[in-house]
Amino acid sequence: MKRILAPLAIALAVAFGSLTLGLAGKMITMKGSDTMVILGQRWAEQYMQKTPGAVIQVTGGGSGTGIAALINGTTDICQSSRPIKPSEKNKMKERYFTQGIELPVAKDGLAVYVHESNPVNKLTVEQLKLIYTGKITNWKDVGGPDAKIILYGRENNSGTYVFFKDNVLMGADFAPQTATLPGTAAVVNAVSKDKNGIGYGGAAYAKGIKECALAEKAGAPAYGPTLENVQSGKYPLARDLYWYFRTRPSGDVKKLVDWVLSPEGQKVVSEVGYFPVKSAKTSADAEK
Amino acid sequence: MGKKKLVERGVELLVYLSSWVSILGIVFLFIFIGKEAFPLLTDPRMKEEVQFSQLWSTIWQPVSDHPKFGLVPLFIGTLKASFVAMLFATPLAILAAIFTSEFAPPRLGRAIKPVVELLAGIPSVVLGFFALVVLATWVQELFGFTMRLNATAAGIALGLAVLPIIYTVTEDALATVPKAFREASLSLGATPWQTAFKVVLPAALPGIFAALVLGFGRAVGETMIVLMASGNASIVSASLGDSIRTLSATIAAELAEVVFGDGHYRLLFGLGVLLFSFTFVLNLVGSWYIQRVKKRLLGAA
Repeated sequence: MKRILAPLAIALAVAFGSLTLGLAGKMITMKGSDTMVILGQRWAEQYMQKTPGAVIQVTGGGSGTGIAALINGTTDICQSSRPIKPSEKNKMKERYFTQGIELPVAKDGLAVYVHESNPVNKLTVEQLKLIYTGKITNWKDVGGPDAKIILYGRENNSGTYVFFKDNVLMGADFAPQTATLPGTAAVVNAVSKDKNGIGYGGAAYAKGIKECALAEKAGAPAYGPTLENVQSGKYPLARDLYWYFRTRPSGDVKKLVDWVLSPEGQKVVSEVGYFPVKSAKTSADAEK
Repeated sequence: MGKKKLVERGVELLVYLSSWVSILGIVFLFIFIGKEAFPLLTDPRMKEEVQFSQLWSTIWQPVSDHPKFGLVPLFIGTLKASFVAMLFATPLAILAAIFTSEFAPPRLGRAIKPVVELLAGIPSVVLGFFALVVLATWVQELFGFTMRLNATAAGIALGLAVLPIIYTVTEDALATVPKAFREASLSLGATPWQTAFKVVLPAALPGIFAALVLGFGRAVGETMIVLMASGNASIVSASLGDSIRTLSATIAAELAEVVFGDGHYRLLFGLGVLLFSFTFVLNLVGSWYIQRVKKRLLGAA
């Protein structure tokens, strides 16, 4: 019961909060991806500290929710961990006669980890797919010891789950024996205690696990999830994190965008655990 | 004088209203959850999205190009966890209750009871974390399971949450057995052990049954422990060494992010109705049995 009441209470608090803030003056609202909520909040905190009078409100709800809010006009900035879909673009066009403005603001590399004692150091994306769909069930089939592979993953409500499903499993379903855990920390903990375990999630530096290098296909070189490999696009499991706008940002929003793409703003990206975008663009370049 | 009476009336009214607020709270909660789940039965669009025949299939994959809403693995998971919990907690709790009420010196007994009941005050998230980090490793080493997070590890942690309930209710039931029963038994030459197990225990049996029912209700509804320690994989198997996904953990994990108002959302509320009704009935049965045993024994004395 508490589980149901807690989100309700939060929703009420947010509703009241936005009401009072709305009365206070100009406010920039950011809504969307839960993956990016913490990133958005750090940006907002630091920006508000250095810019007197700026008020930024950040909420999550998921990338789809954020894009819907952008189309409905209830948010200024949409944070999204996936590119906008053609159907959403069309809706935007119908209402505002623009396709929306897309701006990559950070990069996210999804790491695959195994137990530190596991001799397997690299996998191909194809092998990873076969492992997580339950076609490969023994480590010896991918160059490891003769032992059952124990699968760990994220809950089906997370953006990470969807990213992995879309980009590794190519839309196929996870094997039912995949243990699903709440949060990257739980996955890392589980793999560090299971010598036959495999898991995926954000970049992690924990005892007992190692990150697996990944190759696009068999025979191709494998790359680890390092800053250079993610930025250059060599690492296969990297994704852009976006900001979307209805129209070209101007005024206060433009100032915020410029700051976010500045070295100072991109430093926040690294602090939160994501990767900065390769070159700091200005909002003028963002228009497509 | 008149003023005093007025204050008294006021307090009475306040107490009266308070009790009604809590009852209405339960009723409204049920209506709210039911309302969200109801379109599953009436809305043709929902019926198409979540087909009833599908609910009996064995795959739970709600987020997919072709969502599969098989509830069988969730029911099996819930039953497995509760089964292990009861298996672990029942003997411990009942024997501990017999010890405190029949054998322990009164001062020791008075000390043990609050300590066991303290266990009920431990937040389940703490028990879950303990199970996830420590207990799972022990269980895996002891039984040699291939999956570290499994029904047994989660079930034992769940047992720790259930134990104080069974213990308290059993202890209360034993305490209501009139002293005359024990005296009669002892004076006929029975040993204290014979008295405890052949006279007192049978007399309190309906109360112990109630304790088990209440404990089972708690085990079925408990969320955080299973969410953290069971692995949450929706597997259909009889093995207690496999990961499980329970009804409660499924609701907790998926409701926060589900698309508002679609079939998956409605179905999660449907599961909520099921869980709510189930634990409600179990609690009702448990309370009724407690009343009965009290009436019988105290009436007899």
